[in-house]
Amino acid sequence: MSEANTSETAAVSIRHLSKSFDDVEVLRDVELEVKTGEVVTIIGSSGSGKSTLLRCINWLEKPDRGSIHIAGQRIGVHDDGRPMPVRELAKVRAKTGMVFQGFNLWPHLNVLHNVTEAPIHVQGKSKREAEELATALLEKVGMSHKHDSYPNTLSGGQKQRVAIARALAMQPAVMLFDEPTSALDPELVGEVLAVIKDLSAEGYTMVMVTHEMAFARAVSDQVVFLEKGLIIERADPETFFTSPKTDRVRKFLENHDNPSPA
Amino acid sequence: MSNWDILWDERAQFWSGFLSTLEIFGLSIVGAFVIGCSLLYLLEGSRKRLTMPLRIFIDAMRMLPFLILAYLLYYGLPSVGIRLDAWWSGVGALAVYHGAYFAEIFRGSRLTFPPGQIEAAKAHGFTKGKMFFRLILPQVIMQTRPLLGNQLIYALKDTAFLVIITVSELTAAANSLSSTYFIPTEAFIVVIGFYWAISVTMEIIIKQCGRFSAKRGFDNV
Repeated sequence: MSEANTSETAAVSIRHLSKSFDDVEVLRDVELEVKTGEVVTIIGSSGSGKSTLLRCINWLEKPDRGSIHIAGQRIGVHDDGRPMPVRELAKVRAKTGMVFQGFNLWPHLNVLHNVTEAPIHVQGKSKREAEELATALLEKVGMSHKHDSYPNTLSGGQKQRVAIARALAMQPAVMLFDEPTSALDPELVGEVLAVIKDLSAEGYTMVMVTHEMAFARAVSDQVVFLEKGLIIERADPETFFTSPKTDRVRKFLENHDNPSPA
Repeated sequence: MSNWDILWDERAQFWSGFLSTLEIFGLSIVGAFVIGCSLLYLLEGSRKRLTMPLRIFIDAMRMLPFLILAYLLYYGLPSVGIRLDAWWSGVGALAVYHGAYFAEIFRGSRLTFPPGQIEAAKAHGFTKGKMFFRLILPQVIMQTRPLLGNQLIYALKDTAFLVIITVSELTAAANSLSSTYFIPTEAFIVVIGFYWAISVTMEIIIKQCGRFSAKRGFDNV
């Protein structure tokens, strides 16, 4: 029962996670614990498995082995190995809020309705309750003035801020960010990072895959470095960026303009 | 008395034929739309045992001339104990036939539906049914609006075939007047006017709907 006890306190608890695509092992026995209120950044070169790891957390990718608990509840399969029925899976998934690289807003709905859609139709909130929440969240991400615009009229940075509000509206136990600024024009990156930084200051639990090293250093509580599906280094950001233990990370940071302390 | 005067005196026949055509058309396209959407939904499934027969059905409808389907329903079904009157056979044939076309049009758009949006829906806890009706279907309809408009016009024109299975609609009215008074040209020019009026009205409505989808970035009006 020790596993259940530890996962109760953690927002996300990943144990012995492995995943292969055909013959390629993309995740190998990954262990990760994200405490409530903690910001964990996953770093690694492309193909290291970091996006796959993130996408396993809400079962967009199905791992081959291992277990994942979200706020104490197992996702995807039951402890006896039975696959979870779709409705139950959807319920656990709704405890996570995911922000994608490509925004993935629903273009036929305006900004407000993008944010209220899941709370009303998945969580069964009343329209009024959902709209109040959405208005507050859009305010938080600085998008309330665009509440009746459609996504096709927004810039990338604006879309991503709406997508963040949409994920927050699920009131998730953990926010998952999959390279949230990689598809943005350089001058739009800042506005999105500023929103995420505010969230971290407010104590949101977040797991983030990013290439923004200075940002990772500024907001993370824990930095995890993934290499060929293995976590080869994990540390607090100061230690990670100033005195990495492995040559691999040192080399990676050299190539990524290791940021000076903010 | 000119031929046109004769037709004017018989306007009640045209009018009732016109209303009958509108009724048949309206009912059958609603049916076709529901069938098209249902087929699209069923094709979402991954079980081949279900999707294969549906694909075969859609393809069969597409290779079948409409008139033959109407014949089959009206003359063929009684031999297996199902007897529909001409009117319901006609409506049924139109709905099934164009429903298959609707499904095919929807499917083309569904195949290019951005997978990221599906992932976003899953990540937000959507299950299949809600995802389909709230997120996929509305977009598929907006996306395919111009093609649906075309298909509606085909469906309208196919209503004229029903004269052959004795449905009294617009073409039947013209047929009967032309043979009673031997004035085929004038009689058929009048029904062309009626069909044209329905088509143009429909086109305007479809175009107006285009504004709705253009605002959401789906296409240009």
